Amino acid sequence: MATDTAVAKAQAPKTERRAGSGYVRYCAGKVGGAVVSLFAVLVTSFFLFRLIPGDPVKYMTGGRKVSNEQLAAYRREFGLDLPLWEQFADYCGKALTGDLGTSYQFRTPVIDKITEALPNTLILTGTAFVLYTALGIFLGTRSAWRHGGLGDRVNTGLALTLYSIPSFWLGLLLIIVFGVGLGPIPGLFPTGGMESGGEEGFAYVVDVAHHLVLPVITLVAVEYGQTLLVTRSALLDEMGSDYLTTARAKGLRDDLVRRRHAVPNAMLPTVTLIFVNLGRTVAGVILVETVFSWPGLGGLFYQALSVPDLPLVQGLFFVFAATVIVMNTVADLIYPLLDPRVGR
Amino acid sequence: MTTAAALTWQRRRESAARFWKQYRRHRAGLLGLAALALFVVIALTAPLTVGSDVASVTEAPGRPMESPSAEFPLGTDRFGRDLLGLLVWGSRVSLLVGLLAAVLSVLIGGLVGITAGHFRGPYATVVMRVTDWFLVMPTLVLAIALATVMSRSLGTIVLAIGVTIWPTTARLVRAQTLAVESRPYIERAKALGGGHWHIMSRHVLPNVMPLILAQTTLMISTSILSEATLAFLGLGDPTVVSWGGMLQEAREAGAVSSGDWWYLVPPGIAIAVVALAFTLCGRAVESVLNPRLGVGR
Repeated sequence: MATDTAVAKAQAPKTERRAGSGYVRYCAGKVGGAVVSLFAVLVTSFFLFRLIPGDPVKYMTGGRKVSNEQLAAYRREFGLDLPLWEQFADYCGKALTGDLGTSYQFRTPVIDKITEALPNTLILTGTAFVLYTALGIFLGTRSAWRHGGLGDRVNTGLALTLYSIPSFWLGLLLIIVFGVGLGPIPGLFPTGGMESGGEEGFAYVVDVAHHLVLPVITLVAVEYGQTLLVTRSALLDEMGSDYLTTARAKGLRDDLVRRRHAVPNAMLPTVTLIFVNLGRTVAGVILVETVFSWPGLGGLFYQALSVPDLPLVQGLFFVFAATVIVMNTVADLIYPLLDPRVGR
Repeated sequence: MTTAAALTWQRRRESAARFWKQYRRHRAGLLGLAALALFVVIALTAPLTVGSDVASVTEAPGRPMESPSAEFPLGTDRFGRDLLGLLVWGSRVSLLVGLLAAVLSVLIGGLVGITAGHFRGPYATVVMRVTDWFLVMPTLVLAIALATVMSRSLGTIVLAIGVTIWPTTARLVRAQTLAVESRPYIERAKALGGGHWHIMSRHVLPNVMPLILAQTTLMISTSILSEATLAFLGLGDPTVVSWGGMLQEAREAGAVSSGDWWYLVPPGIAIAVVALAFTLCGRAVESVLNPRLGVGR
């Protein structure tokens, strides 16, 4: 990397200014694309859930006998008596101000339910994300550097196997073995939830960490394989390169060739794919939170689905999709900073 | 004409033989193929070995929630049905839905990819924008949304999975189409008066077909996992037995808190083995066709 930028600087002192404005244009394009995508998500989430057969008011009343006046009152309350285009305009306008409607089942604003659950999801996903990315890159690098060896075969095989395992099933098994306890193994960890209640201060942190162990293990196990395989193939692509032969010819130690020369270049495609894979992680989070009754966005999504609580499903759909779009845009924006060859 | 046709077939046979010779070198791919053959045989012979009665709730042979015994090697479910029989019967739905959803997604992806690579200009720009949009959407969330708004049936599941997982295929096929179309013989075909349809079906399609095959195999694995997930979330067809549905029933019946591992373990292993087998086959096919990918190295 260091040598790359040095070469780039030496070669292009005159084009510096033009390159800078090129980056701004590149960013504007990417951000513009993201805004269009976000709007498309908003449109989809509105119209998709209007396709649902039956009257949404019926779901609200839960099959109880209600008079026609009451049904009409419900329709007015949720704006369902207006023409579709007016509902849509209203929905978009409100979404811009952060109002995603009112949940049918909780009778509270959707945005409140989401902000309530968001920190819990961030704790779980954040911890898992850091762990599986680090583990995937570490093992992927090892695998590629000694490719074809026993370590590589074991690593790749294990990653592929774990990648094929349904995350919810792994979660259920972990609960049985380490939560409930099986045979001689006692129940070491809580079977679900995020806290035992009644704890404060440091004890509370320990308690949450204790509840975090099994969900995080599940997420890491099903997600690290992807990062491993991507890192491995990216590094394998670099390994035939001439600059590595040069680095070795200079007399650099094998370890230095790997860390200073090969890995930074192999990281370029990996960075993009790590962000792209966040889409898959969202799916993993929904399932893991459902299985472990974690009070986050994924668990909320499952609750909303079983009713179905349309405004809540709609709101969460938007939040999940928006997160992935924003993350992808961030990856697009930092990519040219990492690799000077792109976006100029 | 007959000699030309015979020559074509001879070449096709030769290239198939060459392909098989290289495929045989991938031990993981062979293992995957063997596992697949086994599961396909199990699924096809299920009407003879267990019969559709196995899914009947009213005529269940055992008591509810029995542990494994000589009579019921995997125990019974909450209705007293034989779990081994259900597992065998469930393979039909899992394989069928996986196959159909993968074929659907590859059809959409192939069509979009080839046309976007062939007709450039505004059409390609718009289509690839849509593809990119689908690519960044969280697949499962979209599939869940689709499965929620449609009626509960196998067709819904196939559709929900198929229309959400096609974008990767579209991107790959488009890249390959662009590569093929830049070759001189396409220019020759155009100069000889070959139209759009002729070029796409006679020149581009045969060249992207191997890629499409490899992609289908990988997509089946994704589809089977997605089907299990949707069924587990209670979005599957409640009237048919599938591996994901069995896991959902196990969870609802309280198998987790009572530690009835025999109820949970077999369907999960079945899903994982089939998904892994398709992945191994797909990777082996991919590395035979494109050694530069380096997956098999």
